[in-house]
Amino acid sequence: MALIQLSGIERVFHLGDSEVHALAGLDLAIAEGEYVAVMGPSGSGKSTLLNLLGLLDRPNTGTYRLEGRDVTTLSAAEQARVRSERIGFVFQSFHLVPRLTAAENIALPMMLAGLPTKERDARVAEALANFGLEHRADHRPDQLSGGQRQRVAIARATIMRPAMLLADEPTGNLDRHTGDEVIHLLESLNAAGVTLIVVTHDPSLGSRARRQLVMEDGKLKHDSAHPGP
Amino acid sequence: MKAADTLRFARDAATGYPLRTALSVLAMAIGVAAVVVLTALGDGARRYVVGQFSSLGTNLVIVLPGRSGTGGFNPANAITTTPRDLTVADAFALTRAPSAKRLAPLAVGTSEISFGGRLREAMVAGSTASFLEVRNFTLAQGQFLPDDDWNRGAPVAVIGAKLREELFGTQEAVGQLARVGDRRVRIIGVLASTGTGLGMNTDELVIVPVALAQAMFNSNTLFRILVEAKSREAIPAAKAEVLEILKQRHGGEEDVTVITQDSVLATFDRLLGALTLAVGGIAAISLAVAGILVMNVMLVAVAQRTGEIGLLKALGAADATIRNAFLAEAAMLSAVGALAGYLLGQVGAFTIRQAFPVFPAYPPDWAVIAALATALVTGLLFGVMPARRAARLDPVEALMRH
Repeated sequence: MALIQLSGIERVFHLGDSEVHALAGLDLAIAEGEYVAVMGPSGSGKSTLLNLLGLLDRPNTGTYRLEGRDVTTLSAAEQARVRSERIGFVFQSFHLVPRLTAAENIALPMMLAGLPTKERDARVAEALANFGLEHRADHRPDQLSGGQRQRVAIARATIMRPAMLLADEPTGNLDRHTGDEVIHLLESLNAAGVTLIVVTHDPSLGSRARRQLVMEDGKLKHDSAHPGP
Repeated sequence: MKAADTLRFARDAATGYPLRTALSVLAMAIGVAAVVVLTALGDGARRYVVGQFSSLGTNLVIVLPGRSGTGGFNPANAITTTPRDLTVADAFALTRAPSAKRLAPLAVGTSEISFGGRLREAMVAGSTASFLEVRNFTLAQGQFLPDDDWNRGAPVAVIGAKLREELFGTQEAVGQLARVGDRRVRIIGVLASTGTGLGMNTDELVIVPVALAQAMFNSNTLFRILVEAKSREAIPAAKAEVLEILKQRHGGEEDVTVITQDSVLATFDRLLGALTLAVGGIAAISLAVAGILVMNVMLVAVAQRTGEIGLLKALGAADATIRNAFLAEAAMLSAVGALAGYLLGQVGAFTIRQAFPVFPAYPPDWAVIAALATALVTGLLFGVMPARRAARLDPVEALMRH
């Protein structure tokens, strides 16, 4: 059974009088543990797809099954719960809370989920060690380098042990060297079993993935798993 | 999210923007402090006036010549409308009233008192021996007026503490002969210093037998008759008896006004209580303003932290979680402001008490509780709208505004 099963997804935005079909008739299945790169020009709908996969947005029509369960009809609170437990986000601009330390930022999803303090502390300590951030635990984001910030963000995205990681241009704000480090980190997480979906402009980054999706005008133009007829 | 985490998160968020937080806390503090200080002033005024009245004597029924109230038609009014004067004989007749414990006639005039070449103007009160108890005076030296025939004006006088000091200085006053108006009187006593009591400064008073005062001022009328009822409960009865006796003596005409200290006190109490409520209410407006400021600050916070709210949603925060976090922050701003304002107000009231020791400027409990409660409620109430706005933000749009 596929982890993600999209069928007949339409997402329409109204810009003034005109309608923009950000996603049009999208059918897609992604299995557990896959490493998928979503590519395409600006406005091709790849960000909309990512938001939809992350339950931040709802399709106008179509169904989205996550682990076999139709999540499009869930209430906002139920969707929040799914985000909390099954989905991890990694953003281009890191999105760390500036007033919180690295450790507090990593612990944020667990705090929101209401996990006991003891377990939170244990998991944060483990994550800090795994991501090479032991000596940065009490640093605030503005005291961290770009690479460290993204590592904190990835630690935060994985702390709830989600089924999938959604990364939107994870290296966009990093230089090549730290960008490579971050990609290696994400790939090692994927190797450990987490489904990894990366949205990127960068063809060299996209080519690293085992499966490439190329989008154009809200449609899948190319899927390396199902090459065109 | 657990309650403790929500509170900690809200606290960190508030302290993360110190200026914004300090300003809204200050506004709330000023509002609460205004209520505390102004009600302290109002209630202080009430206590002061009530205290002054109480020092006049207890359970007093005061008889004034002339009628001030409007009554129904009285056949006697058709014959004469000129009120009869109050006389010593009237006062003496009132000793028959069963509910009256004691009474003192009072004739008042201004005259000069001189001793040893020093001369000054003084208020002269003509009364009887019972005046001492009726007015709750204390003697510092000597004795009070002799308890003899009210129509016999013995040439003796009791003087106030300030008069004694100014006329006699370091000399012994009791036993000296002084001149009051055109009479030579012997000083037989000195009153203990009490300070001003409702315009009549007892420290500058000369008390002589009522007959002597009337002879001095060439008049046989009384200014007041002070009747002390047997108890607080006996005041209405005493009032009725006094009215009845005087009506009989004045040919059936009710031409005197009888006021009770209780009613005067109650009136002042009510009046100044209402005043306190009014100034408290005006001050409470500043609390509402502070509440609006808290709302404004929270709206700014929501706008400033839109990206953060989007992130929290992406990380799995339910709408309720975000709403509670922002509500907790608003409540915290109000609570800290209210507490700071309470302390500030108490310091203000304390300063007033230090500056004016006679003025008991204590804020009433109800005002303090009402101010704190209003602060918290307005803070929460005005926090609801921004918190809901935060909770309803679209996560995709919120995340883009980073």
